[in-house]
Amino acid sequence: MTATRAAPAWLSAAGLLVAAAAVLPAAYLFVVVVGDLGDALSVALTSRTAAILARTLGLAAAVTATAVAIALPIGWLTVRTDLPGRRVWAVLCTLPLVIPSYVGAYLFIAALGPNGMLQDALGVERLPSIYGFGGTWLVLSLFTYPLVLLPLRGALRRIDPQLEDAARAMGRGPLEVFRTVVMPQLWPVLAAGGLLVALYVVSDFGAVSLLRFDSFTREIYVAYKSSFDRTAAASLGAVLVIVMFGLLLLSSRLRSAKVVHRLGPGTLRPARPYRLGRWRWPALAFCALVVAVAFVLPVAVLLYWASEGISAGSTSFSRAAALGGNSFLVSAGAAAVGALAALAVAALAVRHPNRLSGAVERASHAGYALPGILVALALVFFATRLVPPLYQTTALLVLGLTIHYLPLAIGPIAASLLQVSPRVEEAARGLGRSRADVFRTVTAPLARGGVLAGAALIFLHAMKELPATLILAPLGFETLATDIWTQTSFGFYEASALPALLLLAVAAVPVYLLSERGAAVP
Amino acid sequence: MKELPRPRRRLPAAAALLAVLALAGCGFDTESSGGGPGEPETEGITLYSGRIPAAIGGAVDRYEAEADRDVQVRYADTADLAATLVEEGDASPADVFFAQEPGAIGAVADQGLLAPLPAEVLRLVPARYRDPEGRWVGVTGRARVVAYNREAVERSELPPSPFGFTAPAWKGRVGWAPASDSMQEYVTALRARYGDERTREWLEAMVANDAVDYPDNVAIRDAIAAGEIDAGLINHYYVAQAIAAEGEDYPVGVYFPRRGLGSLMLLTSVGVLESSDRKEEAIDFVRSLLEKPSQEFFTTSSKEYPLARGAEPDPSLSVPLATIPNVSGDLVEIEQLQATIELMQEAGAL
Repeated sequence: MTATRAAPAWLSAAGLLVAAAAVLPAAYLFVVVVGDLGDALSVALTSRTAAILARTLGLAAAVTATAVAIALPIGWLTVRTDLPGRRVWAVLCTLPLVIPSYVGAYLFIAALGPNGMLQDALGVERLPSIYGFGGTWLVLSLFTYPLVLLPLRGALRRIDPQLEDAARAMGRGPLEVFRTVVMPQLWPVLAAGGLLVALYVVSDFGAVSLLRFDSFTREIYVAYKSSFDRTAAASLGAVLVIVMFGLLLLSSRLRSAKVVHRLGPGTLRPARPYRLGRWRWPALAFCALVVAVAFVLPVAVLLYWASEGISAGSTSFSRAAALGGNSFLVSAGAAAVGALAALAVAALAVRHPNRLSGAVERASHAGYALPGILVALALVFFATRLVPPLYQTTALLVLGLTIHYLPLAIGPIAASLLQVSPRVEEAARGLGRSRADVFRTVTAPLARGGVLAGAALIFLHAMKELPATLILAPLGFETLATDIWTQTSFGFYEASALPALLLLAVAAVPVYLLSERGAAVP
Repeated sequence: MKELPRPRRRLPAAAALLAVLALAGCGFDTESSGGGPGEPETEGITLYSGRIPAAIGGAVDRYEAEADRDVQVRYADTADLAATLVEEGDASPADVFFAQEPGAIGAVADQGLLAPLPAEVLRLVPARYRDPEGRWVGVTGRARVVAYNREAVERSELPPSPFGFTAPAWKGRVGWAPASDSMQEYVTALRARYGDERTREWLEAMVANDAVDYPDNVAIRDAIAAGEIDAGLINHYYVAQAIAAEGEDYPVGVYFPRRGLGSLMLLTSVGVLESSDRKEEAIDFVRSLLEKPSQEFFTTSSKEYPLARGAEPDPSLSVPLATIPNVSGDLVEIEQLQATIELMQEAGAL
């Protein structure tokens, strides 16, 4: 089949360039580990490391499964049914994505923790503990399920209803149609979204440390915070990179060999919405519950704190606005660079699957599984040695954020490319366009839903990122996230509420675009 | 095939343009702000601060005003900054490193990254509060103490030393933060005073007694205030600050146990980077931190103990500085800290 033909040289070159940048953190770990191999192995190869790794993977599996279980019904309800106010629900259900996990965890402890707001309200002696596996699982699931929901809604909209009509015409019931016709088409996005959730859980530090779950990143933190000799931290980081490749393999198994683009001629007909009837009440209740717990509750706590903070005179709007501008600049830069880079990687992986493109795609994920601080240190290491003029510039910060969050864009773009038939591209080629022309005028525009979704996801995460921003930002360059850190690390929660709310407000714009327009691809 | 509507084709081009603009904009940024390494364009030093703006701002402002110089500050976690300094090596734009924890500055010093300080600066603080080799000097002290909920616990019920928290009466009522630097420094001091065996026994007994694990001191303080736990091992000033902010009704009290290293002084400290080409100014800055007005700022704003000779602690600090034991220079050796981590991991505390 023509889809497996060799990639054009310029696309391969672009992909290789992206991969080379993306493996910088892994290369840094490699340099450090090889520098002291004996020491590194003695840290990485212990039963303690294995036990913590197993615990972390257990958490990742539980959160991923829960995120899919939340996202799948919401996605289907808001795209394919007559759920009242489904467009509003779509936006609301995506909003938890804007809440940084460290802020979310803190808010949950304030609301649901011992002697928290809920306990006060109920007047009970004790609530089930929010700390440990249970609370971490809950908080991470609630703040990561939109990573599955977003690409899922895009995919649901692009599904050709003719297949379902045909299946129903042959006498299959709605559930069976969903299982045998719809689900197979959703596997690629579920696998891609699930991978992002799993890797997010593996690399998260903020939520796990606040909720006292002993995960692998906490182990890295303890190792390098105490030893400062980087070997221990680097060798544990290297273990994470290996884990990441394992998860990647699993995800690509799930998504491989699926023909999901339309084969029939003509334009895509919008699907006829399913009538929910009486079922709309439980459906509404489910959406409302998720929104209430994952978005309304944390924002209510923040608003309460902000009102306290403003009355205490410790926050200023003009300062928060200036910080917001910086956050926006850096995040938009990372989103733009990242979306272009991801488009090259995804185009290679989807249109020209071979060893090279597979390696490029896997390499591009290397920075995502690592805690932000290791990504930042890697860039410090290479920039000061190889390109000193780049050090301490916003450009390096943008590069760091791009490397860290690149895979967020690869998934959605790859998924949308999978749903574009290569025959369309072949037709354009047949009409005399060059390959580069076809990519520019046919492939990229058809994948634009995915590109927008990917860019918005990078934007959101770049806004929230903390350790890498603190280390890589030019001197005196502050963002909303660094300000939240400054305030909370000294216990000034009221003062942190305003920048946190502003961060949510800025981040909500791309989320709105994502759920309303980004996914609305014909 | 139908021609695609125009806007669709513009998307990649727009993204590319935005990317180029973002990168180009950054280039201008550097030129105007002069934050690049090697050749600073503004008049002044660069400070890497593991302490947040509220903790050092007044002292930095005073230096800027009196010396008519700018101070550019990178704020981040002390350990993150130490790791960054190690990766930067000679290329570091930093002139001064202000560390919140003694271990971090010891690590940077051990990498040969700190320049020796002149004797006249070192002499500003007593010998026990500075590096024996003169590479860093203590600025303020933070005491490890016991914090407790005044509504739930009578002060007389508290044990004379933290060793007493292993008693059955305290099961599940005491909070600690084994992952925090200050706790690890404290355990290091325990090892030095009582030996590894006794320290391990205490750690194991604390774990067996369901000591509640928190990520940091603030979380312990808030948990005590919320009644989640009744007591905790914490740094003194977190409580002092909360009392200053919330008033005398704040439900958390501080207790300096008399025995068994019940209280222990941990230092915040500064050093001048060997790679700095503004060492004179950097040393001036260090000196200014130890002068009376700055020391007064530290103790009134953050309720820490001032370490310079002749500086008076805030009136609310009723326990005199000299009576609180501190971690001496050789204790902040990295090997010691690593051994502490291993001991804490073996005891199940970490």
